[in-house]
Amino acid sequence: MKILRRFFIRLSNLATERGTDQRLQEEIAEHLVLQTEENMRGGMTPSEARRQATLKFGPAQAIRERHHAEQSIPFIENLLFDLRYAVRMLLRSPGFSFIAIATIALGIGATTAIYSVIDATLLHPLPYPNPAELVRVMDDLPGVGAQDVGISVPEWRDLESAGIFQSVSVSGTGADVNLTGSAQPERLSYKHATPNYFTVLGVDAQLGRTFDPHDATPGFNLEAVISDGLWRREFGADPHIVGKALRLDNDVYHVVGVMPRGFRDLGSTSEERNTEVWLGAGMAGLPFPPPRRGLRLQSRAVARLKPGLSIAAAQEHLDALVESLKKQYPEEYPSQAAWTVRLTPLSESVVGSVRQSLILLFGAVGLVLLISCVNVANLLLARASVRGREIAVRHALGAQRTRLIRQLLTESLLLFLLGGIAGCAILFFTRKFLLQLVPESLPHMNDISINWGVLAFALAVSVAAGTIFGLAPAWLMSSVDLIGTLRQEGRGSVGSHGRTRARQILVISELALSLVLMVAAGLLLRSFWDLFKVQPGFNPDRVVAIQTWLPGPNDPSQDIYRTATQESVLLREVLRRSRILPGVEEAAIGDVDALPLGHSNPGTLPLIREGIETMDNQAPVIHSPIVSPEYFHLLGMPLLRGRLFSDQDLEDTPQVAVINQAAARTYWPNQDPLGKRVRLHLDARELLNSAKPAWTTIVGVIADARTESLADVATPQIYRSVYQHPAKSLAIFLRGQLDPSTILEQERSQVQAVDPELPVFRAEALGDVLSTSLSVRRFSMEMVAFFAATALLLAGLGIYGTISYVVNERRREIAVRLALGAQRGNILKMVLRRGLGLAAAGAGLGVAGALIVSHLMTGLLYGVSPTDLPTFAGVTLVLTTVALAASYIPALRAMRLDPITTLHSE
Amino acid sequence: MKEKPDVLQGTLTLMVLKTLDVLGAQHGWGIARRIEQISEDLLAVNQGTLYPLLLKLEHEGSIASEWGVSENNRRARFYRLTAAGRKQLQAEARDWEQTAAIIARFFNVKAEDLT
Repeated sequence: MKILRRFFIRLSNLATERGTDQRLQEEIAEHLVLQTEENMRGGMTPSEARRQATLKFGPAQAIRERHHAEQSIPFIENLLFDLRYAVRMLLRSPGFSFIAIATIALGIGATTAIYSVIDATLLHPLPYPNPAELVRVMDDLPGVGAQDVGISVPEWRDLESAGIFQSVSVSGTGADVNLTGSAQPERLSYKHATPNYFTVLGVDAQLGRTFDPHDATPGFNLEAVISDGLWRREFGADPHIVGKALRLDNDVYHVVGVMPRGFRDLGSTSEERNTEVWLGAGMAGLPFPPPRRGLRLQSRAVARLKPGLSIAAAQEHLDALVESLKKQYPEEYPSQAAWTVRLTPLSESVVGSVRQSLILLFGAVGLVLLISCVNVANLLLARASVRGREIAVRHALGAQRTRLIRQLLTESLLLFLLGGIAGCAILFFTRKFLLQLVPESLPHMNDISINWGVLAFALAVSVAAGTIFGLAPAWLMSSVDLIGTLRQEGRGSVGSHGRTRARQILVISELALSLVLMVAAGLLLRSFWDLFKVQPGFNPDRVVAIQTWLPGPNDPSQDIYRTATQESVLLREVLRRSRILPGVEEAAIGDVDALPLGHSNPGTLPLIREGIETMDNQAPVIHSPIVSPEYFHLLGMPLLRGRLFSDQDLEDTPQVAVINQAAARTYWPNQDPLGKRVRLHLDARELLNSAKPAWTTIVGVIADARTESLADVATPQIYRSVYQHPAKSLAIFLRGQLDPSTILEQERSQVQAVDPELPVFRAEALGDVLSTSLSVRRFSMEMVAFFAATALLLAGLGIYGTISYVVNERRREIAVRLALGAQRGNILKMVLRRGLGLAAAGAGLGVAGALIVSHLMTGLLYGVSPTDLPTFAGVTLVLTTVALAASYIPALRAMRLDPITTLHSE
Repeated sequence: MKEKPDVLQGTLTLMVLKTLDVLGAQHGWGIARRIEQISEDLLAVNQGTLYPLLLKLEHEGSIASEWGVSENNRRARFYRLTAAGRKQLQAEARDWEQTAAIIARFFNVKAEDLT
């Protein structure tokens, strides 16, 4: 306590320092006067009296100093002094200060921007209590190469009672539902989940309640929890919402709770991210199939581990459980399927897909920061030659080296802090604009913000960078050759050898770093370009897809579109009405899976081939879009063999399918797939009412198209006709001269003229869908390219500064050479050679670094090898050109040096 | 010439406070003179160290100062004891007496007392 109090007294002394010292001086003077008078009264002469008084008093100056040292905090005082001096120095050379601060602002601002994205996505991916306890439980069948095949209800019950988890919830991956009864039928994202879902996540409702975690109602339990957004939008934030009815897909639910404002579902698919309604479901009983071990639900299991249990330990318990279950039910888990259950951190499954891109970006931005720091260090060193004399003088006057370093370090820290503040300020004012650049598919985009954590990061980076990159220049600057500098600085300046070497190393590393960035950007650009130029195998031009959704009530008998025949009446009428819309040339219908690149989680079905013995749960899975016969022609997907669907393929005629080449190659290698029969484990509802196994005959093969992902050459597809298989999620494809702003309204009125309860939404031009599918790649590429350009600019400035400095340093020597008759061209060459040497060293190091980096980012590349020669060569060429160009201006200046005036003035 | 002993560490504070307690408000020179007189020139008070101490005590709130007029009509700063200073003086005096008593006991002790 006493120490603390003394500290505060000293701190307050700091402010009143001057006053105190003055007081002391006054008192001393006063005392001396009084003592002198006393001495004179004792009979001394005035001068002797004064001398004796001073002698008696003691050394006044020493007393003052001791008092000062005792009463103040020299560290802070020096700091304030240094800071004052540093500010003066910065103000004295505003050009230097501005460039340095702007460079740092760029580096720190960009790093902070990317960090804020990483903070929201990678560091805080799960907005739930104790997120480390949350895991995803995934069933794999490695024996048949199938991953994440979904969990079955008996397995779920086994897990619940295994003693490994506090609770295990099973939920759909997010789907759509029609909300009717409001002004306009709306399509919402909903999620069915076991009632313990919110308990597992650990979040409670803001109004009302969530589901009763022990509820075991089969099927849906007719309770709904809604999101804050839906509550405000659709119900005007009605405080009495609890208990009100909600009509979803013609089923009536009651709202039991409203989730809090910030609550959002897991974010690995777009449907999940936007979930606005949660329905409690037992996962068994209508409309779910009866529970069987082999019948895996299209769902995901999220569990909360027992407290203190690590994932590894839990996995061990789980492995033992799986082994014993396999022994217990050998028929359900045949050994060739090799059923395993795997735990992964929930956060991983949410952000796994973007991690690599974000880390790449962070790496790139880190390099930019490094380059900007190197550049500032370079500038600081350049100033050393100007300030050499000042430092030497201070040295000569007795300043210790540590004191000088501290002074110089204070200056660089001040620079970096100002730069950091400027960077954050720019970031803050441009954040709206920057957020537009972030692709929408990034999970948790709404959470990106400049919060305290991000600001702390920026501060830490500024201080760390200021210390690291200020220390080296300070060290080099403070080691002055005293005599030499004082003698020479007056004339031409010959900087210390160490300083010159340091600058060259800095420039070389700058060049190397920017080469690494440029290679990364070049490779990404080439990947992107290749993807962009890739022939998708279908023709998206002038095609607009509009979605609509048929309700699927819980009780299938209530469904007016239950069978394909019932649905076909609607579809044919919609198609007929669509074709007469102005501008429409062709129209077709498909389900969402048939929408190229437009769905984030395509459904898959197990493929069972006739004559090949497979259990349902170990069959390979395949995408199976459902389309109307016109689909292939409208999208320009050519038929290679056999036939397409016709209007005569109906529900009561033999089931037919069209496959793509990839499916033919994969499943019937070296065979003619035409006429082969397959069974797709059809959706649950159909399974319930079809006694006979429905065999589907393959009647045609179409060319491969990249409808799943532009990066995938071909995914096997088996197309079925919408007139044989009802589909709920529909996309109406229209080709023609269409005005996107009006077509949605026109199509809506046509569809609702047939059925007023259908929502019609989201008109998308397929061309836009195509480019949106590349948005994450484009974002990474644009960012890295921007950083690379910045780096190149900075490196160019760095080499310019260094060569200028070298030329300046050797002015005298050059002048002598010229005076002795050296050719001006030779001088030019001499200087340029210096620049070229630096560029070559930088490029050599950079290529080595770039090779490492490019191999690390192989996963992000498409169609280009990580050692792509044209990219490497091109980038090296660009860098060398820039380096030469940057050396050219100082070289020109050297060449035009007038020997007479130079030598005279020196 | 015999060296005069230096003032014992910390005792100068006590002397200053006691002087002010006994004599009331005093200026710096006056305090210095009193201390010399009372110690009958046995102690070498470095007069200069007195002023930093006065400033320190004032900062700590033990004494307060104000301008006044000295005996020979000069403007001088007069120091006086504050309530806090008086309390501090009492505490320090008690401490000092205790220390002195302990030391005295050590001097009076004889070998046989310790067996």
